[in-house]
Amino acid sequence: MTTTTDPVLSVRNAQKHFGAVHALKDVSLQAYRGEVLALLGDNGAGKSTLIKCVSGVHGLDAGEIFLDGERADIRTPASARRAGIETVYQDLALFDNLTPAQNFYCGREIASPSWLPRGLRFLSHRAMDQEAARVLDRLKVKLPKFDAPVALMSGGQRQAIAVARATVFARKVVILDEPTAALGLRESRKVLDLISQLRAEGNAVILITHNMEHVVELADRAVVLRQGRKVGELKPTRANQQELVSLIVGAET
Amino acid sequence: MGELVSEQPETAPSGGSSHRPTASLGVTVGLRLLAIGPLLVLVILIGAISLLTPNFLKPINVSNIIAQTAVIAIVAIGQHLVILTRGIDLSVGSNLALSTVVGGLVYLGTGSAPLVILAILLTGAAVGAFNGLAFVYGRLPHPFIITLATLSICRGLALELAPGHTTMRGMPDVIQAIGGASTFGIPNSFFVVLGVVVIALIMTKAMVWGRWIYAVGGAPDAARQMGIPVKGVLVSTYVISGLCAGIGAVVLAGRTAASSPLYGNLLELDTIAAVIIGGASFLGGRGHIGHALVGAVTIGVIRNALNLLNVDVFFQMIAIGSIIVVAVEADVLRNYLESRVRVLQATRTQ
Repeated sequence: MTTTTDPVLSVRNAQKHFGAVHALKDVSLQAYRGEVLALLGDNGAGKSTLIKCVSGVHGLDAGEIFLDGERADIRTPASARRAGIETVYQDLALFDNLTPAQNFYCGREIASPSWLPRGLRFLSHRAMDQEAARVLDRLKVKLPKFDAPVALMSGGQRQAIAVARATVFARKVVILDEPTAALGLRESRKVLDLISQLRAEGNAVILITHNMEHVVELADRAVVLRQGRKVGELKPTRANQQELVSLIVGAET
Repeated sequence: MGELVSEQPETAPSGGSSHRPTASLGVTVGLRLLAIGPLLVLVILIGAISLLTPNFLKPINVSNIIAQTAVIAIVAIGQHLVILTRGIDLSVGSNLALSTVVGGLVYLGTGSAPLVILAILLTGAAVGAFNGLAFVYGRLPHPFIITLATLSICRGLALELAPGHTTMRGMPDVIQAIGGASTFGIPNSFFVVLGVVVIALIMTKAMVWGRWIYAVGGAPDAARQMGIPVKGVLVSTYVISGLCAGIGAVVLAGRTAASSPLYGNLLELDTIAAVIIGGASFLGGRGHIGHALVGAVTIGVIRNALNLLNVDVFFQMIAIGSIIVVAVEADVLRNYLESRVRVLQATRTQ
């Protein structure tokens, strides 16, 4: 399913230094629509650095990022978002005091009239509520109350809201940084279902996780980083799960 | 509020593990009570006081309360916006004094009412702009220090500028009418408050800018990530807080037909107290204009009632301070209850 189309995201020969630390050594990576790509590696392997370069938090020292075949100049988180890359970090970047719909559109409000400066426009409450409700419904995210602040929702519900928000604006790639790390079993299950829903809708999903069960179950492809280098790329199955773990920790097989 | 507050924490968690529906009900009821708590307290307060002193609800006294509360209410609305962004504006009291003095000087020089009003409002907004710009672009960790500095600077400047370092008599008729006269038996200052409330409501509830204020207060880092112009939003709240101090200055100068470098003493504490007593969160991002209003009226009612009851003025300070303690604890309790709701949500997810 991955070879038939061109990659939506292509990172070529990425290099990143932090002082004396060589965090990314010539890493290349492709992501395709309708595919979940697992990005694996031990702590300090370079996963987060790579993701932060793609989402504009860090700039690459060398190497290029292509989106749909065109070279993308990603320097800031805002430019990454404009380019169609949405990232859900572990802190979720949710506004606890706002409702799910308000969270969806915070910073990108639907408002008019357009001739006014952005801050002085009037909010289209109904349009935003309806659109947010439609997306949550489509993604089968169930919330106890749609008009309650996010502070009143569980970890899984908050994760779902953050992921759903990302999908609204992600035209190219959704990056999820350990989305189940803070969740219990049942809530993790919900988020995994949500991820496969995203894939079914044709999104390119990059998933960072330490949970090998989730990788085997969900990922179409896995890329393994170790000490800043790409050490493997394969299709995760039950059979090669041990091999994946060996690649991650660097043990001989 | 005391009773409401102290009962909730026992009922909520104790049933947590065994009787989940009961616990959830307790938490929900607790949150509801906390939400309407301040208004409830105000209503009970008014009821109790009117039983104690029949004079309390007489029209003349009510319009007294309105006139006395107007300045606190107006300035508290500006303070509220700042507190929504997790900030604080300690300079509003001396800003108000400086604004009246500048207005008094312009009155001495020109005698023109529009120019006096303009001078007062501009002074207030300019001090606010200084606060905001120094806080944001001076990269200060918290606005406490910078507004403490302007508190001192403005008061000193007001004393320095005022001839004889003291009160100046006289204000244009228009300003005296705004601050001191009544229309249909309602003090005009009430309509000023109303106007400020309506504008503030439109800005915070209907406009993108208002949403950004809540976003910046709720999660500053997330706001930055989402592309909200955090710096501009912060500066704007201090400008508006200063402008509100200026509007308060017009009302106070009008009511007293004078300007004075001694005005607005401890007004910063009154306005902060009003916002917190009204139920807005000191942690930022929570609260609405109604909270500032309820808080301001509560303070006004307490002051007035204790005066009517001939209670020592020192006791007023103790009473208001005690209510602040209760209000802040209620805020902490609300956060606790909300974390309970989260846990209950997680366990209920199927």
